[in-house]
Amino acid sequence: MNVRFLPSGDTAVVIEFGDRIDRHLNERVLRLNALVRAARLPGVVETLPTFRSLMIHYDPLLTENASIIAAVARLLDRGPGEARQVKLWRIPACYAAGHGPDLEEVAQRTGLGTAEIIRLHSGTRYQVYMIGFSPGFPYLGDLPAPLALPRRADPRVRVPAGSIAIAANITGVYPVESPGGWHLIGTTPVRLFDLRWPQPALLNPGDMVRFEPVDVREFAAIQAAVAADTYSVPCEAIAP
Amino acid sequence: MTPALKIIAPGPHTTVQGTRRVGYQDVGVPASGPLDVVSLRLANALVGNTPGTPTLEMLLQGPLCEVLADSVRVALVGCSAGIEVRSGNARVIPAGRSVRIMRGEVLRIGPLIDSTCAYLAIEGGLDIAPVLGSASTYVRGAIGGIQGRRLQKGDTVPLTRAVTEVRAERELPEPLDLAFDQPVRVVLGPQRDYFTEHGVKSFLSSVYTVSPQADRMGFRLDGPTIEHAKDYNIVSDGVVSGSIQVPGSGRPIILMMDNQTTGGYPKIATVISADLPVIGRRRPGRTIRFTAVEVQEAEELRREQEAAIQRQIARIGAMSHAGQESLSRR
Repeated sequence: MNVRFLPSGDTAVVIEFGDRIDRHLNERVLRLNALVRAARLPGVVETLPTFRSLMIHYDPLLTENASIIAAVARLLDRGPGEARQVKLWRIPACYAAGHGPDLEEVAQRTGLGTAEIIRLHSGTRYQVYMIGFSPGFPYLGDLPAPLALPRRADPRVRVPAGSIAIAANITGVYPVESPGGWHLIGTTPVRLFDLRWPQPALLNPGDMVRFEPVDVREFAAIQAAVAADTYSVPCEAIAP
Repeated sequence: MTPALKIIAPGPHTTVQGTRRVGYQDVGVPASGPLDVVSLRLANALVGNTPGTPTLEMLLQGPLCEVLADSVRVALVGCSAGIEVRSGNARVIPAGRSVRIMRGEVLRIGPLIDSTCAYLAIEGGLDIAPVLGSASTYVRGAIGGIQGRRLQKGDTVPLTRAVTEVRAERELPEPLDLAFDQPVRVVLGPQRDYFTEHGVKSFLSSVYTVSPQADRMGFRLDGPTIEHAKDYNIVSDGVVSGSIQVPGSGRPIILMMDNQTTGGYPKIATVISADLPVIGRRRPGRTIRFTAVEVQEAEELRREQEAAIQRQIARIGAMSHAGQESLSRR
């Protein structure tokens, strides 16, 4: 497969595997990311996996573009690396009235009933393709095709923290209140980002996620447990 | 009582900035840090601090603050404005010099005059616990600094030292060249192929103006539009501070220190790291011209800049007694 090395100025190299959202492509990005991190290349500051490319941030006073490219080419030649063990998170999701302000509109626009939307959204195992947009915001895919809608024509100035949203073939969760243009179909009571944690983000690129429907009472109970720091999100290690 | 600077008036946008926050971009946390890292380093060097010691970054205008410590030593770098000290011994200390200020005195930094940003370094530094490895403030995410926000009236900014020794004050060997007329060097790409030849040519030959919509996240530019060759959107990939995005409007946006970690617009070019402070200093209304270099040249330019900074820091000297006299007579 064609891999392109693209300069992002003199502080980063982009290793581009393609220009689409595709799980196999993302898998290659994640495997290279693991190899680069394990190789501890001198001068590498940090790495950033995205849907389709790996960005390697480097310090131009310690290394250079050409050295990074040579080292990565050697890693790519060695093969894809080992299959990863991945984490599967079960994130509680409340789709009840008042928790998903756009659910009715999504139902109208897709021609599906709300129950069917919930069944499809919660019946899919998603991969965390990347984290971006705001601290801890996961891009999860792929959303079942019948749920695909373009972004809202008028983005909201404020989307509440915990909002579960969809746009195109992706679903995501807003970890903190922020502006946003996606359709809000539910809310999770769990935190996805917390500066008190040693690693501030719950999810990492490559993790798997399922949304587990909860009713309003369960939502409130989990929310109280989260506030009291007594709740942990169910998580298991699986083969991808 | 904890030594501190008490903020009487914060200025329009004053934040704590020191090192960049590295290691968390893969979970969406921007690196932040100073718009003008050269000025930050020189300010720290003038008061004897290590390079990344947290400072106060002020945009367009500085703060008015009271010294709540027996004595502090500060230095301002990045603009033509000076530090006004209001007290019985009123004086103005130009940028690029250190000065010792006593308890009860009030220091004011007014409009910065020419630059967008300037840095007030305090000997010993600010007593601020790092968040995710850095004290720098990321206001949109409420991370770092003083409660993750810009300074407000009534804040007390804690200092590590309650008293500073008397010594000869120091000054830069020559004023910092703010490089307002220097063309900004860029490396083309990573999405050069999303623009026509004409678009790239227009980008490299036009004069752009920094728009009023410029902040620590990005500087929008006004000027001729840049012609796309294909889609206005790409599947999101990584960006850096200095990435030049061109959305559907055709007008470029230079991502700055609080840039989001990923972006969905094609990037025609990237400002070289040596010139990022040059962008940071250009306030709305100032012009920018771009010129392309290869990545190897960009890396060489950065090494040269680093050597020049180190030479300048090595030449920071004690001021003559006469110099100090003339200051106090103002």
